[in-house]
Amino acid sequence: MTSDVRRRLEEAFREEHGLLLAAILRKARGFEVAEDALQEACSRALQAWPSTGVPKAPGAWLYRVALRCLIDCERRRRCDESALGEIAAEISEAEIGEAGGLEHAVGDESIPDERLRLVFTCCHPALAEEVRVALTLHALCGFTAADLGRAFLVREATMAQRLVRAKRRIRGTGIPYRVPRKADLPERLSAVLAVIYLIYNEGYAADPSAPLERRELATEARRLVTLLDRLLPGRAEVEGLGALLLLLEARRASRHDAEGRFVPLAEQDRSTWDGDLMAAGMARLERAISRDDVGPYALQAAIAAEHVRARHVDETDWRQIVRLYDALLATTASPVVALNRACAVAEVDGPEAGLAAIRDADLAAPLASYAYLHATVADLSERARRPAEEVRSAWERALRCSATDAERAFFSAKLDAGRRPDSTPPTGTSRPQDS
Amino acid sequence: MRYVLIISSEEHTHIGLDPEAHRSLMDRYKQVQADLEKAGARQTEIRLRSIEHATTVRVRAGKTLITDGPFVETKDRIGGIFVIDVADLDEAIEWAKRIPQAEVGSVEIRPVWELEEFLD
Repeated sequence: MTSDVRRRLEEAFREEHGLLLAAILRKARGFEVAEDALQEACSRALQAWPSTGVPKAPGAWLYRVALRCLIDCERRRRCDESALGEIAAEISEAEIGEAGGLEHAVGDESIPDERLRLVFTCCHPALAEEVRVALTLHALCGFTAADLGRAFLVREATMAQRLVRAKRRIRGTGIPYRVPRKADLPERLSAVLAVIYLIYNEGYAADPSAPLERRELATEARRLVTLLDRLLPGRAEVEGLGALLLLLEARRASRHDAEGRFVPLAEQDRSTWDGDLMAAGMARLERAISRDDVGPYALQAAIAAEHVRARHVDETDWRQIVRLYDALLATTASPVVALNRACAVAEVDGPEAGLAAIRDADLAAPLASYAYLHATVADLSERARRPAEEVRSAWERALRCSATDAERAFFSAKLDAGRRPDSTPPTGTSRPQDS
Repeated sequence: MRYVLIISSEEHTHIGLDPEAHRSLMDRYKQVQADLEKAGARQTEIRLRSIEHATTVRVRAGKTLITDGPFVETKDRIGGIFVIDVADLDEAIEWAKRIPQAEVGSVEIRPVWELEEFLD
């Protein structure tokens, strides 16, 4: 019974963490206080539920008890009844409910959805990028410091400290808990989308041997963008990112073979791509590009859609992809985008043209430690029949910069193939981030 | 004439002081404050929160760039200060963006450590 209660509580906590924390934060003086109240509600649940049974709406139960804990905590802190009156007045009796067992009749819809505020607080540009990522997963997805440590391959204590500092900074700096005003919304929204995309990419890049928490990041990112789409509907960039994640997800499983080796886009078995995800992604993309605020995410989704549309790699419309990359480069001057554009140029005008596009974009310095720059140079040089030494040294650089075992194995295999005198160079290979 | 005295020291020199030493440090500040008051020279005094609470705003080509942390370009010198009283960091950023030097240099936003928060 107790272990069942614990399991149900953990489920409710994980499922509704963002909803609960956001609603409690609205009434509390900051993150720490809100989290303490939620923790306290959980330990009361562990005491009460074994005898009363698990309530029909565990989240609503936790919310009401947490609000009561907030009042208790204020009472202990201030011992000043007039100040207490203020906060007690903000939390009405109706919200808390009668003391006693009435909670069983209450549904989860009684928790107000304040998550949009929480998203903007967690993704505030005055927080460092890695802090935004950790805080978003912690506050909205219920990731503990231990989960985050496993997901990002750092020590739990490091993550715990990152979270503590983040909360202290939010309070000390006066980062507000509210939706930005209209004029700031586009800029701030793109900061939120960048965080979600970063989270997705961590999960997307993970090979099958990576910890579960790391691979789950892709799923959490999709949940977050779906939530954002619901809270802030009708925005091309939110729909665009949603479409992009669906289209990438459709082929995520085929990026590694049964032995966990990395499989580049051109060699992936397209019959294994997930048809439902592709259809859902296409539908969302249609909606996004029908709006007038199309930006980088909708464009990246359009590129991903071109790959998905081609039943075979030879049917890919590379000219259209180059056009889309040109549009994308006009919105974001990113060296990775320029590299991907060069790959598409190579497919249209040949490997020498691709190498020239890399040179013209001056990518050597900004992408010096980016494995896929070197892999692309190696692959294009091979296809352009450049001297073997040039090809080999580029594969070696790629190997040195690779971040995962799957990548390392892939680049080593390329190097070994190059060393065999009678080898025929493989074609159309090492496209990295194929969007 | 009005002067702004900008106090600088390494971060956290007061951290690690035992409560007694911290109190006597604060007493010395209070004494200076009282003496200034008596001399009719007191305008205002401000203690800034540590740099971990700093936010830097730049405006380039109409785009706002916000970074966490202080501005560390050593060739720049402090050219003046504004003391403002607003609801939160977002409002402070709004004002910072309107300061012309944000377009060529930068404006560092530091929350004021209110007197009652650190004297008690």
